Amino acid sequence: MKTAVIRTSLSLGNVNLVLGLLLAVFIMVVTLIGGALVPHDPFLVDMGNRLQDSSATHWLGTDQLGRDILARIVYGAKLTIGLGTFAIVVAILIGVPVGLISGYIGGKVDAILMRIVDGILSFPDFILAIAIAGILGPNLTNLLIAIVLVRWIVYARVVRGLVLTEKQKEYVLVSQTANSSSLKTIRMHILPQVIPDIIVMAAIDVGKVILLVSSFSYIGLGAQPPIPEWGAMLNDGRSYFQVKPLLMVYPGIAIMLTVLCFNLLGDGLKSQFDIRRGRGRI
Amino acid sequence: MSILVVDNLSKQYSKNVHALKQLSFSLEQGESLGIVGESGSGKSTLAKILIGLETYQDGGITFQGSPIAPKKRAPLRAYRKNVQMIFQDAASALNPKLPIWKSLLEQLKNYKEFTPSFIDVEGLSDKDIARELLGLVGLDSSLADRYPGELSGGQKQRVSIARAISLEPSLLICDEPTASLDVTVQVQILTLLKKLQQQLNITILFISHDMRAVTFLCERIIVLKEGSMVDQFELGKLYEHERNPYTKALLNAASLD
Repeated sequence: MKTAVIRTSLSLGNVNLVLGLLLAVFIMVVTLIGGALVPHDPFLVDMGNRLQDSSATHWLGTDQLGRDILARIVYGAKLTIGLGTFAIVVAILIGVPVGLISGYIGGKVDAILMRIVDGILSFPDFILAIAIAGILGPNLTNLLIAIVLVRWIVYARVVRGLVLTEKQKEYVLVSQTANSSSLKTIRMHILPQVIPDIIVMAAIDVGKVILLVSSFSYIGLGAQPPIPEWGAMLNDGRSYFQVKPLLMVYPGIAIMLTVLCFNLLGDGLKSQFDIRRGRGRI
Repeated sequence: MSILVVDNLSKQYSKNVHALKQLSFSLEQGESLGIVGESGSGKSTLAKILIGLETYQDGGITFQGSPIAPKKRAPLRAYRKNVQMIFQDAASALNPKLPIWKSLLEQLKNYKEFTPSFIDVEGLSDKDIARELLGLVGLDSSLADRYPGELSGGQKQRVSIARAISLEPSLLICDEPTASLDVTVQVQILTLLKKLQQQLNITILFISHDMRAVTFLCERIIVLKEGSMVDQFELGKLYEHERNPYTKALLNAASLD
């Protein structure tokens, strides 16, 4: 029954989800197999082979220091996607419990937690991230801290809002009259209603964070050379743009495809969940 | 013996909003008491206070001889085993993401030391117990694996009833259990409640705006208006005294007069 529901709605043309999944598979294949087929060290400098065009040994050519571009893109994929996912997972792990507690308990706890959230929310996140990178020093770890700091509040807010609606539902009241503990009521009745929304948000957010990491690395506040982060690669290629524009095109395409993939997945999952919710099952 | 005594109960939501004003009544073991009033008369507030979901400012509630203490964990746990409630909206009283059998067993799972007398639980799996409970309220045991979205309103309300009586409470509070159902299903649900009351010797506090539903189930009726009791009578002695004009209006609305 459940699989049937998914299958019908997929064939009805959840184009976003299908495209997103295809793109995700493509990215995974390139990352996992691409690197294995053409094994090059992404850090190995070979000045005799700099700025090469595509060839059988270097599929996408080499950069200004003679490093294999494909190897660097692949390494960068693991780094960028890994970082983006990690940052969002941490943000969820902080934001969701805060939102659940704030919404479910309410009262003073809610007031205090939400004033903290409001405080952080009043900073534009890009500026806050720049400030943190400026204070703590420009590297990926600090960038990660900055991203988590500005992203968890979004989850806390959204989850709190959802909990406030869920809390009014009679089955939550029934659960309380059944003498279930708050933890059990949340786990049994509230969390399952919240999870689909979190998944959708997370998918879109990973794309945003990848863009953010790349932008920061591009302006020199994120990954530092020689780390082959895509944004940093764009920055590296800038000086050689006249001679070899492909140096900037490849990482640019990589960023675009990856962000597109996560956005499509997010949108696709959103309509997927909505369809199933409409049937009263999710 | 009175199972429940409500003494001078008052509840204020804000300075000028009095939900309940010095309400006093008592409930005898095994009887069914009806509380009638229009929307905003404080009926649902009363139900929520009695089940421990709302606090109150003044007065007291005594259950089986001892005052209830909604702030203390252990007495509250014992109280909730003995007092269960059926909510108005059957559709929203069941979690749409859980199969029926899981929703049904939430109460019993929290009182593992208790086994209901009407089911021989020996050697039964959780799902089998749920099936037995469904049988008790006249539902097919195959519904155990379904989801609430696949049940009718009447079926959902029966599931809610099964869940509420799974702990064999001494007192069952029904807050407009038939309000969201159509008339034929209303009668079925009321008949079921009547049957279960006799079978399990449950005391029922039946709250409704619908005089017809109340008179079907209850021998004694209290009329609530703006948080105060304006009238109370036994159904058999309805015409012995001149009734309060508000009661008359309610009776007229139900075309019972």
